Amino acid sequence: MTLFHRAALTATTAALTPLFAAAAFAQDAAPEAAAPPPGLDQQINEIFASSTGWFVSLIFADLPFVGFPWIVGWLVVAALVFTIYFGFIQIRAFWHAIQLVKGDYSDPKDAGEVSHFQALATALSGTVGLGNIAGVAVAVGIGGPGATFWMILAGIFGMATKFTECTLGVKYRKTNPDGSVSGGPMYYMKKGFAERGIAGGSFMAILFCIFTLGGSLGGGNMFQANQAHAQIVNVTGGAGSFLDGRGWITGLVLAAIVFLVIVGGIKSIAKVTEKVVPFMGILYVGTALIILAANYHMIGWAIGQIFAGAFTGLGVAGGMIGALIQGFRRAAFSNEAGVGSAAIAHSAVRTNEPTTEGVVSLLEPFIDTVVICTMTALVIVISGVLVVDPATGLYVLDGGRIATEGGVTGVELTSAAFATGLSWFPYVLAVAVILFAFSTMISWSYYGLKAWTYLVGEGPMRELVFKLIFCFFVVIGAAAQLGAVIDFSDAMLFAMAVVNIIALYLLMPIVKAEAGSYFARLKSGEIKRFKGSHAAPAE
Amino acid sequence: MPDMTILVGLDGTEQGDKVLKFAKSLVAPGEGSKIIVCYVIEWSPFAFQSAEENEKRHARREEELSTADTKLVGPVVAALKAEGIAAEGIVKHGHAAEVLEAVATDKGASQIVIGRTTARSVREHVFGSVSVRLASSAPIPVTIVP
Repeated sequence: MTLFHRAALTATTAALTPLFAAAAFAQDAAPEAAAPPPGLDQQINEIFASSTGWFVSLIFADLPFVGFPWIVGWLVVAALVFTIYFGFIQIRAFWHAIQLVKGDYSDPKDAGEVSHFQALATALSGTVGLGNIAGVAVAVGIGGPGATFWMILAGIFGMATKFTECTLGVKYRKTNPDGSVSGGPMYYMKKGFAERGIAGGSFMAILFCIFTLGGSLGGGNMFQANQAHAQIVNVTGGAGSFLDGRGWITGLVLAAIVFLVIVGGIKSIAKVTEKVVPFMGILYVGTALIILAANYHMIGWAIGQIFAGAFTGLGVAGGMIGALIQGFRRAAFSNEAGVGSAAIAHSAVRTNEPTTEGVVSLLEPFIDTVVICTMTALVIVISGVLVVDPATGLYVLDGGRIATEGGVTGVELTSAAFATGLSWFPYVLAVAVILFAFSTMISWSYYGLKAWTYLVGEGPMRELVFKLIFCFFVVIGAAAQLGAVIDFSDAMLFAMAVVNIIALYLLMPIVKAEAGSYFARLKSGEIKRFKGSHAAPAE
Repeated sequence: MPDMTILVGLDGTEQGDKVLKFAKSLVAPGEGSKIIVCYVIEWSPFAFQSAEENEKRHARREEELSTADTKLVGPVVAALKAEGIAAEGIVKHGHAAEVLEAVATDKGASQIVIGRTTARSVREHVFGSVSVRLASSAPIPVTIVP
């Protein structure tokens, strides 16, 4: 099956569309078959597939014997290493992270600057998205409820990775002559390596930026546009929709809106998105909680299923290992810990203490994976949309995945699960998916732009060139079925993690020294608390 | 008349003239009394912003403070001083009622004078306008000039 086939089906049969996060794309797709239409799309597809297939295969290659993509292992092992190296910072500093976000340690003199909350919310809007809604459904649909356990565990470990990269992002950010700030892995690679006397920092920074450009245009753009179009087709009548097969219309409209925001500086659209997306996130979690509350008597059973599934498999394909692979993949792909994108987003905060933003950023995988993804998983498990054999208590399998009520998967499975509690929710979900896709595109346009300006230099014309390229790729993403192009871009995004995590390993002693100094001063009272000062210093 | 420190909250509207006129009636030129003119740029650390806005926030903040000072607060303070009234200008970001209350406490003001405001945002409709909130929570007398 070519990658093209999958994308073709995605654009035409939304009901079976597996959706993934900005960082969780092609590799989770279900096997599909469809005849690719000939034409320019196919030619581009074939050129890309033949010239870049080796790169995609390399990034997503399975480890021998376990059928586990090495890139997922790379992310999970790194998260484990950082967790141990920083002495379970995600647990020790969790409450302090909340205090920082609340503004307890924010100097009132800095009012009007970017707060910890704002940096966190901006970073979250780039990561919370399709993966939390649909990607989890794919994971639970294949790995069973037990995948949730491994997903949560990997999410908790991923918090330490975020802490490491975001501390470095703030420490080595660059303040531009106009007072604006630029930060991210490319800056800590260049400056941090030089500081430690390690060669190759500039080269790695360039490599990281090239991968970021690919990830920005692919997973952060084309994939999102493609999935937004699929959702629009779905809610406007599916195969009978006027827009079915006319992705270019959706693409042009989306590109026009993106153009207005990133080129035209139409802040009103960005403002609406900024306000609506968090609202949608809260509404999503709130609805999940309502459904869980209504089925409170089943929560204990569901948790039992999650634990039982984590170690026995409950009959899912691959048993315990199958559940583990799905859970780890979902966490790694969803919260982007280690990819480096968060380090770009978090570096704009106003603080003299890089550790504070590192601490705040560890809430990101917690909210994204431990809270939101788990909500999705719990609702799916409790709703009963996964078919269980009453005789054995094991899940019924259907072609490698768990059979579902109505045979649905991906976002449709999540939608069906929520509909068992609130029949109108699928409509809200459809809007949420489109908005999440849009906000992810806006976030990634920024990440791509930072990589671009790092490579070609700052300047309005240079920035405009990238922004126009970005808008052009929105149309391509929605209109064409360029599976290989999208796969290549996804591989680029995970290649970011390869380069970034090497840098994190090399620079983690700097983070340790920084954090050690910060927490010592926090404990001694040297770091002042501006709100609730009678409370004991945290850590 | 005892020495007083009057905190005047300006909101950039024409009502500012009436507020100032009333504040001036409370102090006598040449005496120890003082008028503090405060302008609050509405801002919340919990508002959502895009990554690009975050990147430029520091520069934008400096610009906002400078503009408010040169265009609004500075000229008012200069005019008061020209009339022989001791005056000081303050520009801050935050929620108007909270900032005015904090400044009043910090500067030991004996009275706050503000113009009557109506609820303009959802937040103000829920929690009350600046004048209503200030009148209900300030630890010192508040005069609301209609």
